[in-house]
Amino acid sequence: MWDYTNKVMDHFLDPKNVGEVENADAVGDVGNMTCGDALRLSLKIEDNVIVDAKFKTFGCASAIASSSALTEIVKGMTIEEAEKITNQDIVKILGDLPEEKMHCSVMGMEALQAAIADYRGEEASDDDDDHEGRIVCTCFGVTDVKIRKVAKENKLHDAEEVTNYCKAGGGCGGCLDDIQSILDGVWREESKTPVSTGKEMSIVQKVMKIQEVLDKEITPLLEQDGGGIELIDVVGDVVKVKLRGRCAVCPTSHITMQHTVQDKLREFVLPSIEVEEVK
Amino acid sequence: MSNDKKIIYVDNNATTAVDPLVFEAMKPFLTEMYANPSSIHTFGGQVAKYIEVARESVASLIGANPKEIIFTSCGTESDSSAIYSALHLCPKKKKVVVSKVEHPAIIALGQELVRRGYKVEEAPVDSHGRIDMERLEELIDDDTAVVSIMWANNETGNIYPVEKIAKIAKKHGALFHTDAVQAVGKIDINLAESDIDMLSLSGHKLHAPKGVGALYVKRGVRFRPFLAGGHQERSRRAGTENVPSIVALGKACELARTYMKYENTHIKALRDKLEKNLLANIKSTKVNGDIENRLPNTTNISFEFIEGESILILLDRLGICASSGSACTTGSLEPSHVLRAMGVPYTAAHGAIRFSFSRYNTEAEVDYIIEQMPAIIERLRAISPFWEG
Repeated sequence: MWDYTNKVMDHFLDPKNVGEVENADAVGDVGNMTCGDALRLSLKIEDNVIVDAKFKTFGCASAIASSSALTEIVKGMTIEEAEKITNQDIVKILGDLPEEKMHCSVMGMEALQAAIADYRGEEASDDDDDHEGRIVCTCFGVTDVKIRKVAKENKLHDAEEVTNYCKAGGGCGGCLDDIQSILDGVWREESKTPVSTGKEMSIVQKVMKIQEVLDKEITPLLEQDGGGIELIDVVGDVVKVKLRGRCAVCPTSHITMQHTVQDKLREFVLPSIEVEEVK
Repeated sequence: MSNDKKIIYVDNNATTAVDPLVFEAMKPFLTEMYANPSSIHTFGGQVAKYIEVARESVASLIGANPKEIIFTSCGTESDSSAIYSALHLCPKKKKVVVSKVEHPAIIALGQELVRRGYKVEEAPVDSHGRIDMERLEELIDDDTAVVSIMWANNETGNIYPVEKIAKIAKKHGALFHTDAVQAVGKIDINLAESDIDMLSLSGHKLHAPKGVGALYVKRGVRFRPFLAGGHQERSRRAGTENVPSIVALGKACELARTYMKYENTHIKALRDKLEKNLLANIKSTKVNGDIENRLPNTTNISFEFIEGESILILLDRLGICASSGSACTTGSLEPSHVLRAMGVPYTAAHGAIRFSFSRYNTEAEVDYIIEQMPAIIERLRAISPFWEG
């Protein structure tokens, strides 16, 4: 049994504002049956102020509680104020949510954003975020754009945390490494560590740096799948490597090359690096 | 759970209450009868005798010879021991055949075997959860070391034709194992004239405590121990015996024999009454599973367009303990692999509730659930965006 706070139980057992606003000025539909939760938020807006908000939710207790809390928060707000609501505001109202249920609060925030977009007549209707960026998690259709957003707003550093907040990685788990790379990228950008331009690097320094990144950043990832990597040569910005173990026979090794090896080397050594696989 | 609230426990496929007679039987082995059964002194010998009594009782429940019974710590250990033993003894064969609806103790083991380089095939099931026998037979070939199909499914209660499958496995020279933790004690099992090579059972599913199980290994079938260590269990399962729980399992099996008929009359009647009434009183509900061929104590009902965890929490507030095929109850994000294998649509899979009975349930409890359920479902459907009642 989940350890829900009293506030969550109150909102679940006695949800506020259930239903649909008549002649709604804005509707936000997010989630779907396949994913196990869905929320329809409808708003009445007068003079740029949300005067009424109602919801209908398919989902677990925390999804219903998050929706109920959301409607309580937004009533009386201007559109500009409502726009700034994050999932953390919903969590605050509810006291807390179990880590595994954070995605319920994120769904609330997304429904609000979808409703605001609808009000403004913006093109994107449902699942706005999901049409931007590259699909990282194919099981739940979550993009890198969405992952970066929840990571920043909720200060997430581990791929498993991202799963709790937006489901990415929660199906087959095949994208967890990819999610971790995205997170690493987000927090490196945030700490504003200047990426070395490489101009001041001599070829020896460059080779040593590449070897270090291969050893410390890339090899541990490949070893998880029973593989490995060997540096063969460096010609200008072209790094020639050979895959070892299971990676060498993996039919998707070109993806490993591009997403794991090349991205890491570009991030840590030089943005202009090109990786070439030596068979 | 507060103590003043009466509990209606209809989650007996998850675990069962320890029978008071079982508890009485095991108590001396937690107090004065503490000797190590392997010890040479008389005290140790006295304790060892009770293990053999328990072994006879377990064997008798499933029509086996006591020598064919190995005590383990749980059903999962029995499953892993059986499969690893089979693979070890057939080193040239690299394939394991299971079904898509196995318990995680087999499904996750299969995934681990794939990581270790084995080929694991999962036989599909139809919309009632019945195994596609033709496809299953196609999957079993000369490279197959072992076939493992559960006797009865924990979620739907479906009973599988394991005797028939054992024959098919034998034809192809493969061993056959069955995870029977849900079947033992609920339906008649007689391994005396059977082609089943190995069978797993678990104590806490039949009113013994948690932490004890057994593996049946047919005489003449070679077995390699899972744990290395001492000579216990005729060198087939190392580790000092969990004497109190083994004695408890023996007593529970003895009682199960006496309750077998009750299981298939009274308990079945309770299940049928609940199922019939819920289906009649609540719209858009359906039973998941093979109605003609399932355990007498289990029903799995989908309440469409709502989500299982919400239903369970509202039931819990009334002291009713059930379980769900919904993703949200476990923290996983996907609904039950069993219901998905059956192709149950998501509209129904998320709202699937399992009620599983035991001899401790009463008709008054069933009546209470029948009385309370419609309001719970109505309340959640009123909130659901998909319900157009």
